[in-house]
Amino acid sequence: MPDALLSTRALVAHYGDFQALFGVSIDVQPEEVVAIIGANGAGKTTFMRSITGLIRNRPEMVVWKGQAIGGLRADQVAHLGIAMVPEGRQLFQSLSVEENLIIGGQMGRKGPWSLKTVQDLFPILKERRHVPATALSGGQQQMVAIGRALMANPEILLFDEISLGLAPIVIKSIYEALPAIIGEGMSAIIVEQDIAKAVSVSDRVYCLQEGRISLQGRPDELTREAISAAYFGV
Amino acid sequence: MDWINAILQGILLGGLYALFAAGLSLIFGVMRLVNIAHGDFIVLAAFLGLTITTTLGLSPLLALCLVVPVMAAIGYGLQRLVLNQTLGEDILPPLLVTFGLSVIIQNSLLEIYSADPQKMSAGALETASLALPGDLNVGVLPLLMFGVAVAVIAGLQWVFYRSALGRAFRAVSDKQDIAQLMGLNKAHIFGLAMALSLAVVGLAGVFLGIRTSFDPSIGPGRLIFGFEAVIIGGLGNLWGTLIGGIILGVSQNIGAQINPGWQLLAGHIAFLIVLAVRPRGLFPRID
Repeated sequence: MPDALLSTRALVAHYGDFQALFGVSIDVQPEEVVAIIGANGAGKTTFMRSITGLIRNRPEMVVWKGQAIGGLRADQVAHLGIAMVPEGRQLFQSLSVEENLIIGGQMGRKGPWSLKTVQDLFPILKERRHVPATALSGGQQQMVAIGRALMANPEILLFDEISLGLAPIVIKSIYEALPAIIGEGMSAIIVEQDIAKAVSVSDRVYCLQEGRISLQGRPDELTREAISAAYFGV
Repeated sequence: MDWINAILQGILLGGLYALFAAGLSLIFGVMRLVNIAHGDFIVLAAFLGLTITTTLGLSPLLALCLVVPVMAAIGYGLQRLVLNQTLGEDILPPLLVTFGLSVIIQNSLLEIYSADPQKMSAGALETASLALPGDLNVGVLPLLMFGVAVAVIAGLQWVFYRSALGRAFRAVSDKQDIAQLMGLNKAHIFGLAMALSLAVVGLAGVFLGIRTSFDPSIGPGRLIFGFEAVIIGGLGNLWGTLIGGIILGVSQNIGAQINPGWQLLAGHIAFLIVLAVRPRGLFPRID
């Protein structure tokens, strides 16, 4: 597919001394939501860190709109319009809720998201804007992390394990809000361990197993058995 | 009355110590780097001021207009070209490299300016004084320096907690990786932090050179005063650093009042007492 927004091409990456990815190739089309599922240690987080430039790769291994970006620094990748909601939320503890949002938008990229629209989406973040970000509950912190990524007005938003460590009711409300978040002409990659949740919101699914793509397809093409086999490798 | 005078002079001296310490505190806060060459940069700034005043015939206070930006530029270049390469999981490389810088700066200054003590003259301003009630006199110059120190601390505080640059400093200090995801280039942010630190050092160095005589060997001593002010005040708290500087200055002057030989010792003893009673300093912000 030549007109992909973001692709990885035979991406090989290491996590410390350990090789975590063995030639992973995926494509994300404009306005497409792609889910990447896989067990712990399958290489999902390494994959996300490689795309965002937190792990530097050979340039041609990550392609953005036809441009090889695998060798760029994370801040250069961010300026292209690639934002991430990192695993474990990773808010800045010295910054207030509002400052966390503002710093997400500090690149000044134009788009629909601003402090006001993010606070309209998550009104609690306006109410508690002067509180240190880490004083919020887990679910509210996840709202800050999502809002902070939206503030960059990205073209693609990467969600790394957004449901990890959150109460089921909170996960449910975040997934209910996802269509509104991704709806504004944005693409997304959702990395999840919760297969059902990920499949329910995505256009296409890749399954990652021990650093390799073990299965891919549209959610309606994939049976539970095929996913289980690709997920657990049994 | 001598005692009140000693305390008053100590408070004013504390402002200078706070200037020594502010840049040290800023750098540690942003990138957990302990700059062993900090004191030598203060002396470098003093010699830079001396060269400018003697060659251009400017007053030392006007020379600041050159010294401060030059020191800031040195700071940015040093950080981008040298110190950024030393930062990482291990805290030892930056210590070793800044220690090496300290040796290099001292010996270069010795080579260029010799070991003779130097001093900058601020003219009539140096002897001007204000008469306070009760037979007290305070020099206009120490008072001016103290005022500048308070203004610098207030300015740094504003930058750190109210400006976009300060937000970036705090974000990078909290989580370097995640800050990069926000589009912040940490190498540049660290460069700006070091530039700001050495700009304050430029101010401190020129004030030092007006206030006392200096030679290439006195840097490490100024570093110790800076360290002590930071630790007494508590890591990461700029107003605490000002109070730390004042406690140090007052202790030294009280010590000198008892016996001139006790000046430095009294400062160190005050530092030790604070460490023993409040190991994290009086007003710590960083854990």
